[in-house]
Amino acid sequence: MDIVLMFRFEIILAALILAIFIMSLRGFDTNVKCFLNTMNVLLLLNFIAGWLPLSEGSYFSDFFRTNGLIVLQKNIINLGLLLISLTSYAWLEQSKYRLEFYLLMLSSIFGVYVMLSSGHILMLYLGLEMSTIPIAAMSNFNLKEQRSSEAGIKLILSSAFSTGIMLFGISLLYGAVGNLSFASVIANLHPNALTLFAFAFILAGFAFKMSIVPFHLWTADVYEGSPIAVTNFLSVISKGSVIFVFLTVLYSLFGGLKEAWLLGISIVSILSMTVGNLFALRQQNAKRFLAFSSIAQVGFVLVGITAASTIGSASVVYFVLIYLLSNIAAFGVISAVADSTGSESLQSFKGLYKSNPFYALIMAVALFSLAGVPPIAGFFGKLFLLTAGMKSGLYVLLGFAGVNLVLSLYNYLRVVKYMFIDDNEAHLAPLNRNRQLTTALYICLIGLIAIGFVTPIYQYIDSLCRF
Amino acid sequence: MDILSLLLVFPVITALGILVAKKDKVVRWTALSGSIVQLFLAIGITAYYVSLRNAGETGQMLLESSYEWFAPLQIYFSAAVDGISLVMILMTAMVVVAGILVSWKIGKQVKEFFFLILLLSLSAYGFFISTNLFVMFFFLELAVIPKYLLIGVWGSGRKDYSAMKLALMLMFGSALVFIGILGLFYFTGAQTWDFQEIAKMHIPIETQRILYILLFTGFGVFTAMFPFHTWAPDGHSSAPTAASMFLAGISMKLGGYGCLRVATYLLPDAAQELSWIFIITASIAIIYGAFATMMQKDLKYMNAYSSVSHCGFVILGIAMLTKAAVTGAVMQMVSHGIMTALFFASIGMIYDRAHTRQADELGGMLKQMPFIGSAFIISGLCSLGLPGFSGFVSEMTVFVGSWERTGVFYRVATILACASIVVTAVYILRAVGFAIWGTVTNKEYLKFKDATWSERSAAVLLTLGILIIGLAPFLFIHLIDADTTSIVSRFIAVVGK
Repeated sequence: MDIVLMFRFEIILAALILAIFIMSLRGFDTNVKCFLNTMNVLLLLNFIAGWLPLSEGSYFSDFFRTNGLIVLQKNIINLGLLLISLTSYAWLEQSKYRLEFYLLMLSSIFGVYVMLSSGHILMLYLGLEMSTIPIAAMSNFNLKEQRSSEAGIKLILSSAFSTGIMLFGISLLYGAVGNLSFASVIANLHPNALTLFAFAFILAGFAFKMSIVPFHLWTADVYEGSPIAVTNFLSVISKGSVIFVFLTVLYSLFGGLKEAWLLGISIVSILSMTVGNLFALRQQNAKRFLAFSSIAQVGFVLVGITAASTIGSASVVYFVLIYLLSNIAAFGVISAVADSTGSESLQSFKGLYKSNPFYALIMAVALFSLAGVPPIAGFFGKLFLLTAGMKSGLYVLLGFAGVNLVLSLYNYLRVVKYMFIDDNEAHLAPLNRNRQLTTALYICLIGLIAIGFVTPIYQYIDSLCRF
Repeated sequence: MDILSLLLVFPVITALGILVAKKDKVVRWTALSGSIVQLFLAIGITAYYVSLRNAGETGQMLLESSYEWFAPLQIYFSAAVDGISLVMILMTAMVVVAGILVSWKIGKQVKEFFFLILLLSLSAYGFFISTNLFVMFFFLELAVIPKYLLIGVWGSGRKDYSAMKLALMLMFGSALVFIGILGLFYFTGAQTWDFQEIAKMHIPIETQRILYILLFTGFGVFTAMFPFHTWAPDGHSSAPTAASMFLAGISMKLGGYGCLRVATYLLPDAAQELSWIFIITASIAIIYGAFATMMQKDLKYMNAYSSVSHCGFVILGIAMLTKAAVTGAVMQMVSHGIMTALFFASIGMIYDRAHTRQADELGGMLKQMPFIGSAFIISGLCSLGLPGFSGFVSEMTVFVGSWERTGVFYRVATILACASIVVTAVYILRAVGFAIWGTVTNKEYLKFKDATWSERSAAVLLTLGILIIGLAPFLFIHLIDADTTSIVSRFIAVVGK
């Protein structure tokens, strides 16, 4: 029984995937609304099931492990999955391949679970690949659009490239340590040229997945080409889960090399924040804009990671939760606007507050959260990251973070200005609203306002991160 | 529920009331009644505080309360007041009531306007009562976006540019402040955000130097300290009347209060060593602001630049570190807050009717609108420091305090600051002469009606404030006396010299 509880997430997900297969054989997906709503209900149940009590432990000679923090991370991913499914309702209703969409999305999530629970580098690698490859197929979902295929190809090529680099790093690490289970790597890792090289290559591999500068070049194109739901998934689930794993990799796996990685992480953090914000300055496409903004956000996450202690990992997990809600809300509004106007340009947000106050307010809250403006949760998330970053006394890094707070405020205020201050010549009609999208946006809104004030949330995360 | 939290609860309730209200009329009355209750609450708290002091309470700050917020990070919502924060709260409450009265006739998006105004006032109250540096920073930041939207949506002129400039510069200031308070959190050895705790720590001078510069400059941006003053003229002049009153009256004082409470009070050694930097920037601001004002034709720009000059006195007083100078700085903050609010209010009233703010296009306003004209003259005279008004008392105190510092450098700075009074007299009298006296130049102006009831009550309220400080400064000084003494006692070495 214990083992069933321990593998609960994976078992439920596998059952869901199986259920989709059966539904497709039965032709159940012909009734579109019924199918989509069933999926949403199932995902809701999946999310709720994640909160059942669970013991810690590890199986298969430490290949698979689980603890409170990992469960929380999976729950956050599950929340994101549910919200993305809700926000993409309108798009899936039109799409011919909704069944495949869910199939691919859930397979990718399965990879995420494996990756989060891994206790061995091979398992980690397996999970990472399993989570990436389905996304390449998903980003190709607008079959008639060339950009979409381009996005799929770009994603698969760059991900294969990064995998190669990472595998090279892993093999170097194997050469240095002689065993790839986390426990023995931690025990036998000593700072020398070989392990430093191994670390650098593994870091580069992760940097690709998290789109950290200078490995970010694929991001904007892939985000722009993919359907909005997939972009959302990429920016939130895929990125968030890799950040979670990266925490483990840095803190426990390479904890012995802290002196070395502190410098490296600081440099890529400064680069990511600055490049992300500077490139976002003049973007007119909403998806490209959020692509660069997410690059900058990861830069901020790295500032927090440098703390290498409880506050570091607690603030990162807390921030990812907030980032997930903000980005899903922003993409939800973008998809509603894009559905009605047929354009993904930021210009089409002009005068949104006058025609659609609901969407404009949600978008403003999401953007303020990303910019780190009180009283929205993003303020706390971002400042806790900076608080964590200051722990190592890196004044220069903090100085750059401060400058980037200003730059990013400019970026987000630009969109706020379009929505609230500017007038639109072509008056925007009230946009379509479906119940699913509205529900998801309300969940995001309540979350973004409440997370900063409901203090047990941070305390809970903090208690899980104590080590 | 303790009494200080009420200061935050009322604006929140009022703001929520505004959100649910359907008619514009209801919105206005909700905002007004909420802010009046708040004013009485502030007066009540002050009275209670005075009675506690008279009863022999000797704690540095009274009415303390604390609630858990983010306990693992030592962030507690803790509040307490002393005389200095109380006078700031009283000033804020007055300006808020006046600001709401002046915006009575605003026609566009009434609900949003008053909601943002209340959010802005909430941030000021929260800032003045919190003793936890993180919470203080939270409230400091809370004000930035309402300011941006108020200028951007309801403003006039180059509003997009001004609003963005203001938001970015204030964000830059906040970033400096935040790095500074992070430094206080980690490197003072205390691991606490509570400034009363930090004040007890002995901080190494190397750390103090860095943090003092960061914090003073960061808060200085909010006070429009030279060379970070450029947001102020553009922001003030593009903002709608009530927002200008808030910006110049309240928001700039957040910076001054932070310079005093956080930068100077917590880092006394660095303050003694490095305050000369800010004496220089303050002197430049005073002189430069005064001369820049002389060149302005637009009444709002005029008052905005003169605010730069007047807030220079605040910085100067704080940086001089003597008791009289610090007392003067606090008085100047309150006095300037009320006076500039009255100034912007009367300019707004004229602009609403004439649709121009150019001094040379106006004329004969006093004949046509005796009430508004008089309000303008009163604020002008207060600004140039006529005895009997608050401006005289506070500026005089700053000068006396500055003169106590011997040495050529301090003397030169003091003399320069005094000299600016002459320039102030020139531009104020010229503006009054052009716009208010004289004959009516434009036939259109003959149709103007004098102030409405709401405008009248706003002006009367603010004038009352100016007169109380001007005629009975001892009330005021009595309230803040113990607190300035305790701040200045940290620089005994300076006064002794």
